[in-house]
Amino acid sequence: MFSIEEVKKSFLVSIWFMFLTFPIMVIRVNTIYKIVEWRWERMFYIGIGTFVISFIWRYLMRRKEMGVKKKEVGEDALPLAQRLLQNRRVSYPAIALVAVLALIYPFVFSLYQANIMITALIYVVIALGLNIVVGLAGLLDLGYVAFYAVGAYAYALLNYHFGLSFWVVLPIGAAIGALFGIILGFPVLRLRGDYLAIVTLGFGEIIRLILENWNEFSFGPSGIANIPRPSFFGIDLSLAETTRFVYFIMIGLTIFTIFVVNRLENSRIGRAWIALREDEVACQAMGIDKTKTKLTAFALGATWAGMGGVVFAAQTTFINPASFTIWESVIILCCVVLGGMGSIIGVILGALVIKLLPEYLREFSQYRMLLFGAILVIMMVFRPGGIITSVRRTYQFKGKSNRHA
Amino acid sequence: MLELRNVKSYYGNIQALKGIDIRVSEGEIITLIGANGAGKSTTLMSVCGVVPPRSGEILFMGEPIHGMSPNQIVSLGISQVPEGRRIFPYLTVMENLDMGAFLRNDRVSIREDIDYIFELFPILAERRNQAGGTLSGGEQQMLAISRALMARPRLLLMDEPSLGLAPLVVKRIFEIIRKINEENNTTIFLVEQNANQALKVAHRGYVMETGRVTMSDTADNLLTNEGIRKAYLGM
Repeated sequence: MFSIEEVKKSFLVSIWFMFLTFPIMVIRVNTIYKIVEWRWERMFYIGIGTFVISFIWRYLMRRKEMGVKKKEVGEDALPLAQRLLQNRRVSYPAIALVAVLALIYPFVFSLYQANIMITALIYVVIALGLNIVVGLAGLLDLGYVAFYAVGAYAYALLNYHFGLSFWVVLPIGAAIGALFGIILGFPVLRLRGDYLAIVTLGFGEIIRLILENWNEFSFGPSGIANIPRPSFFGIDLSLAETTRFVYFIMIGLTIFTIFVVNRLENSRIGRAWIALREDEVACQAMGIDKTKTKLTAFALGATWAGMGGVVFAAQTTFINPASFTIWESVIILCCVVLGGMGSIIGVILGALVIKLLPEYLREFSQYRMLLFGAILVIMMVFRPGGIITSVRRTYQFKGKSNRHA
Repeated sequence: MLELRNVKSYYGNIQALKGIDIRVSEGEIITLIGANGAGKSTTLMSVCGVVPPRSGEILFMGEPIHGMSPNQIVSLGISQVPEGRRIFPYLTVMENLDMGAFLRNDRVSIREDIDYIFELFPILAERRNQAGGTLSGGEQQMLAISRALMARPRLLLMDEPSLGLAPLVVKRIFEIIRKINEENNTTIFLVEQNANQALKVAHRGYVMETGRVTMSDTADNLLTNEGIRKAYLGM
């Protein structure tokens, strides 16, 4: 691997980087003494650094390509994660361990940690919702945060005007989310791919701008404060207890979501979504109603965002339009893509990584977003299918035709 | 069974069908032959509602079906083997077949049909849990036909089932087409470039040229017709 050719390549890369970073890394204008400082030693470090990194990079790329070849030869090409999950000896204790950890988490760790976990779980739920739209139905929705906002404002406003409690609004929020999914889904039925992404992005912004500017309705940019936390059968709880309570609500909601999404994925409508993603014309020839199928995907996806929004409003007790920018949509989409489109476990992991990593990278302060970006890029190069690539459970036919097997 | 009366279809401003009349009776195999761009596929697309006709009438069992949505038309018993197979590459063979039965809910008869299809195409039984995209071209065509049969059609529309297949496989596909017609009394409307094979299997044929039906006769007569032999059979 240390051929002259390789060394030459890395050398050229390092020269190129030294040239590129020259203006920012080497030259510094000292405005106090009015002189230009030349920090040549930095150029040297960059040269060495990029030389080594480019070597490692190309080594990893080569290994990745060889890995693919090995897989093609092997009979069972299932990735490690799936094999572990399908092995009951591994998966059952793993599930038990996760369950125990989830149960004791808010009692072992601080309130701050519990709050972070609640936020992460909200993202798990809405990312699973978006997974229906993007991962299964293949409709790239960049305005998904709009439904999240709809859910949050549904709780805040219904509570403010009518005093409705959290538990009443949770299903209402879900229903309003679904309704908005259908309303926003209708005009974009004919669009696909990039065009769909742009229009949904526009819708997301429209909802946010309405919330920001319609003062009489949504109290504008100042938002709505003092939203009550969920009540526990009418008993007043302390802040710590409420946080734990919300945490367990989220755990319950997450399990419910996983259950429903899993059932949906393996149902006929789930397969219709996948079929629609693959070939619309063939779907029509099969008698699948394109309109209905797409709208159910939008509606069911938006339902989870609506519920997530209700919990979000209850957890933070204060919402304003600034929480629902396009950036949030991108983050949620990142959860789905990074985790592995269409794979439930992948999306859960993706959401946890994306919400928890920046929190624990806080020590790197201003570099944390840089690091985060680097991790995303590396992920996409080495695992383009996401952390856990989706391997669908396939429809097994049990009938007398088994004799053909 | 199926009747097209003066059907005119357009793609945007371009007129693809300039008023065609076709009749298909129950139990028949009808073939529509013609050169590229004659409007053969558009005729099929108009029947199944993907490209709805701008004027004219399409009657199925005496009822007008023009203007219905594709899924309604499928539910009436018209299913289609689309051009270029268009199976779902990431769904398994079984799931592809299940999508074909999308509008049906009677599990028992779906099972019977799957058994029937596996008898028709034993290779599909072997490949049942394989993703559709990993099948060979011929197997994919068999899957596309099977998928259409899963809807239990009374009228089966086939768009160039021999496209891009080896001669031996083409022969097998046409044998199957005849078998389906004879065993289930399924009416078949076959659009083909391979005029020779199509006319051998069909009862009657229509010839299309630039959006018009220029000739219609029994398949045997067309096979011996001097003009057809020159233009489409290369003899």
